Amino acid sequence: MTAPVSISLVVNGETHDLTVPPRKLLSDVLRDDLHLTGTHVGCEHGVCGACTILIDGQPSRACLTYAVQMEGHELTTIESVADGETLSPLQQALHEEHGLQCGFCTAGIVMTFEAYLRDNPDPDEAEIRDVLSGNLCRCTGYQNIVTAILKAARVMRQGKRS
Amino acid sequence: MKPAPFTYHRPGDVDEALNLMARFGSDAKPLGGGQSLGPMLNMRLARPGHLVDLNDLLELDYVRDLGDVIEIGGLTRHHRLATAPEVARDLPLLAKAARTIGHYAIRQRGTIGGSLVHADPAAQLPLIAVTLGVDVVLRSVRGERVVPAADFLQSIMTVDLGEDEIVTALRFPRQTADEYSSFDLFSRRHGDFAIVGVALTLRFDAAAAAAVEEMRLGLGGTGPVPQRMHAIEAAAVGNPIDAETAARLAAETAAAINPEENAEVPAAYRRELVETMIRHALLDAAGKRGQK
Ligand SMILES: Cc1cc2nc3c(=O)[nH]c(=O)nc-3n(C[C@H](O)[C@H](O)[C@H](O)COP(=O)(O)OP(=O)(O)OC[C@H]3O[C@@H](n4cnc5c(N)ncnc54)[C@H](O)[C@@H]3O)c2cc1C
Ligand code: FES
Ligand code: FES
Repeated sequence: MTAPVSISLVVNGETHDLTVPPRKLLSDVLRDDLHLTGTHVGCEHGVCGACTILIDGQPSRACLTYAVQMEGHELTTIESVADGETLSPLQQALHEEHGLQCGFCTAGIVMTFEAYLRDNPDPDEAEIRDVLSGNLCRCTGYQNIVTAILKAARVMRQGKRS
Repeated sequence: MKPAPFTYHRPGDVDEALNLMARFGSDAKPLGGGQSLGPMLNMRLARPGHLVDLNDLLELDYVRDLGDVIEIGGLTRHHRLATAPEVARDLPLLAKAARTIGHYAIRQRGTIGGSLVHADPAAQLPLIAVTLGVDVVLRSVRGERVVPAADFLQSIMTVDLGEDEIVTALRFPRQTADEYSSFDLFSRRHGDFAIVGVALTLRFDAAAAAAVEEMRLGLGGTGPVPQRMHAIEAAAVGNPIDAETAARLAAETAAAINPEENAEVPAAYRRELVETMIRHALLDAAGKRGQK
């Protein structure tokens, strides 16, 4: 029974019925079967963070998860973060602060920090750097990413107050 | 890197999981957070024919106060250990160590049972289990066994776990309120596995002012399994911790270990790290005496 099995996956609020082999990584099912190619794949062993998505609202590595495991869970990917043409405060801040260059790492960083800032609205720089250690970026040198996350946190706190 | 084909099982409760483990035995692996098994499968370092997914066994995800013992379910995630107020209060050493495991996303899924079974020599949770004298609770269709962590961890990535058994819980002796806890690790990149980890608890004698009444000292990354330094602990008792004592105990610890010699991390380097980290931990503890 290593043969493909039928599953239904809830991704960004939509239900998809699929047939997948049990060994197929969630990252590959998102990209190949659902054509949600915003989730990137770097190392496939949990180190780089490019494939980070939300499982039931918590950041998780899609490359260390099998799609068959995800029936009954809610998945959130980068495709759902912007509201049409309107970027989320975090995406907007990354844009304004030049927090990305090639963008390969960006989806994973956005997914990690959408969840982190939701649960920790007022982090200091050291806390941000601690969490950011789970996402490798080969381009930026991280400084502008940190600046952007601090800015996004500020904007989100103000948004909540008004 | 993709895993070899396997058959996937998703038991709904512990009994169903144990029956599957009994049926498929050596060809089956329980799947916890997948944060170590996932990479092993992707790199084809493991090729089990069957994966028994434990993630629906919510009855194994708990922190339970049993008086002198705090019992933690085998499926409890690192993130919960790192953030739950009751863990910070009753097992501060565990909480401190859990906060340093891998990265935020890794801690959301990784479990305490998986970490103990994976048994990386530098991993935080096996080190804390050995330092605090934890009992590991194992279950199979044959029944339950309770094994001290120091016996459960046999060698590098080798544990006393039957083919049909799963880790259902860990029993921690509750830390006392007057106990000081210190955890520190050294790694080259933030979030990587440690080169050396040091876990320390220290209680001072209330009557004899600054003298140590009880000390527990554990080291990770210095051998095939975490080690508890009983002789050093005994040597500390009755002494106040000043700069001189801290330096002496640290030097004695460094002399007592026998780390592996390899090109990446020379044994002498590991020994020096241990010495420095223990000296700092002891002085930190002494400095915080009274403030807790
Ligand atoms: C990028 C990265 C960085 C990391 N850094 C660290 C670090 O710094 N320190 C650290 O300690 N760890 C680190 N880890 C590993 C992480 O802590 C894992 O969560 C942990 O080692 C295994 O727990 P798991 O629940 O993910 O187990 P799994 O990966 O699911 O399983 C590991 C092993 O345990 C078995 N198993 C799982 N649960 C049970 C159970 N209840 N009963 C019996 N057997 C079981 C499996 O069959 C397998 O053999 C890191 C991982 C990654 C990907
Ligand atoms: S691709 Fe998943 S962490 Fe690198
Ligand atoms: S922007 Fe290129 S890897 Fe981060």
